[in-house]
Amino acid sequence: MTEPITWTCTGCALLCEDIQVYIKDNRVEKVEHACLKGKARVYGCKHTAMSTVDQEEVDVNNAISQAAEILEKAKNPLLYGWSNSTSEAQVAGIELAQTLGACIDSTSSFCQGITINEIINGNVPSCTLEDVREKADVVVYWGADPMSSHPRHLSKYSYFPRGELRQRGYEEDRTAICIDVTQSRTAKISKGMFFSILPGGDAEFMRALMDGLAGRVPKLSYDFDVKRILELAAVLKKAEFGVIFAGLGLVYSIKEEFDLISEFMNTLNRFSNFFLIPMAGHFNMRGFNHNLHEETGYIHRVGFTKNGPVSSVEYSVVEQLKHGADAVMVVGSDPLASLPLSISRRLKDIPLILVDPCSNLTTRVADVTIPCGVSGIEVGGTAIRLDGKKMDISPLMQVDGLSDEMIVRRIMEEVS
Amino acid sequence: MAFAVALLSRTKQYTECPPLMEEDKYIDSRQKLEIILKPMEGAEETGLIIHEELCSGCGNCVVACPVNVANDPYGSGRGFGPTNEKVIFRVENGKVKAANVKECRRFGKDRILCRACIDPCPTEAIEFV
Ligand code: SF4
Ligand code: SF4
Ligand code: SF4
Repeated sequence: MTEPITWTCTGCALLCEDIQVYIKDNRVEKVEHACLKGKARVYGCKHTAMSTVDQEEVDVNNAISQAAEILEKAKNPLLYGWSNSTSEAQVAGIELAQTLGACIDSTSSFCQGITINEIINGNVPSCTLEDVREKADVVVYWGADPMSSHPRHLSKYSYFPRGELRQRGYEEDRTAICIDVTQSRTAKISKGMFFSILPGGDAEFMRALMDGLAGRVPKLSYDFDVKRILELAAVLKKAEFGVIFAGLGLVYSIKEEFDLISEFMNTLNRFSNFFLIPMAGHFNMRGFNHNLHEETGYIHRVGFTKNGPVSSVEYSVVEQLKHGADAVMVVGSDPLASLPLSISRRLKDIPLILVDPCSNLTTRVADVTIPCGVSGIEVGGTAIRLDGKKMDISPLMQVDGLSDEMIVRRIMEEVS
Repeated sequence: MAFAVALLSRTKQYTECPPLMEEDKYIDSRQKLEIILKPMEGAEETGLIIHEELCSGCGNCVVACPVNVANDPYGSGRGFGPTNEKVIFRVENGKVKAANVKECRRFGKDRILCRACIDPCPTEAIEFV
């Protein structure tokens, strides 16, 4: 048997760093410790992307030149995607946006961007996953189902492992709580501590819980056993080290009144000791927010204007796709599959460049496609885990193709 | 009776009972037993069955099993992949695999009704028959 390589999995933003991969003749023979999702990541794309212009196969250099021409001609180009790229590629993308005077946004725009912003700006306390493993005694999965989205979350960090202060295992030392609209896989594990709320009812439940924490009688517009909210408030108050894992369900539900999250965390921390960790999905979604913040002071939705970088809803992918952008470069994302058709429809009408290792739905309508190596498999670099920790990503195997960073830099050379 | 006990503890197979297999008057009983014992096919000596098709490789059972924790406290016990061969559960190619099943707390003289791998499984992929 060949010697295994220790690998950091880029299957999700948990970035598990203990995976053992056995490789022979540049082919994966066996993967140990990765979940099914991570194993699928190791084996790469089902269908690899081709280098094309107008859906005809061309040499990759021609595709890059064509992409540069489209971006240079555009008055208002949008560079979008980035959550499946290394930080190095993201930084190159930000430089390209600056050079072009373009808008840049990532998938976090309609996802965890808002929670990450609160943490980066110091409005909400956060901690590392190692802190969770060593110290956490109460974990709350709110609008999150890590058992489906980040399969090793509970086993590696948040519930099952023995930690420095949690030596007796999950049954005695940790309490898992799930607040969600459906009885998810995670809810199943949280057993008696599953709180079923109405769709869109997160803000109302949060306010009721704040009442419970402050010793007032919680009020809800629908039939919910108030005693259970008071019990929940009591468990949260008793926590020595509590963590709220904020999922997409929560973020989508309360995005109109986002100050509520910091208000809730402040109220909770008047009585207890709680931290918040966003459940970022793609392996380097959080990296984009950090890298853009470092360059511009904003985490997403940035337009590089004559007066410098500006962030506003106007520069978000959603607004830019509805009207605004007159050319789009997508890196490592499949907007036709992931965005509502009402928003992504315009992609068919404006010049579209796709940089991706795999062929996907968006490939079929792209004017230019440029294949790149899969980050974490054929391309190395760094990434930021969902809790904000910087991680090294080493490639598993050597390939001849270009990385997304190299492609972005080649385009930059041609436009500047 | 002794044969029935041996059958349930899987030290004997129903096919080892000559009258049941050979005599026509037991055909009905044989067919009923086949149905009853069907779920035990593929079971380990301890009665452990893993429904691989349901397993997502989450590793909850790997970290929760007390034998894994006792035999690999700084690997499985701390949430990492197992660091030695003495464990019962490990995840390979995205699916859980079982070994050293005789170490299972449900087995042997001081057996207990452990459920530490069954309850944490989100997909009901682990069963004991
Ligand atoms: S939980 Fe995420 S990072 Fe860990 S092995 Fe699974 S897909 Fe990879
Ligand atoms: S029953 Fe208990 S000891 Fe046996 S395999 Fe499951 S968790 Fe381990
Ligand atoms: S707990 Fe269930 S799904 Fe998770 S690895 Fe074990 S058998 Fe598979």
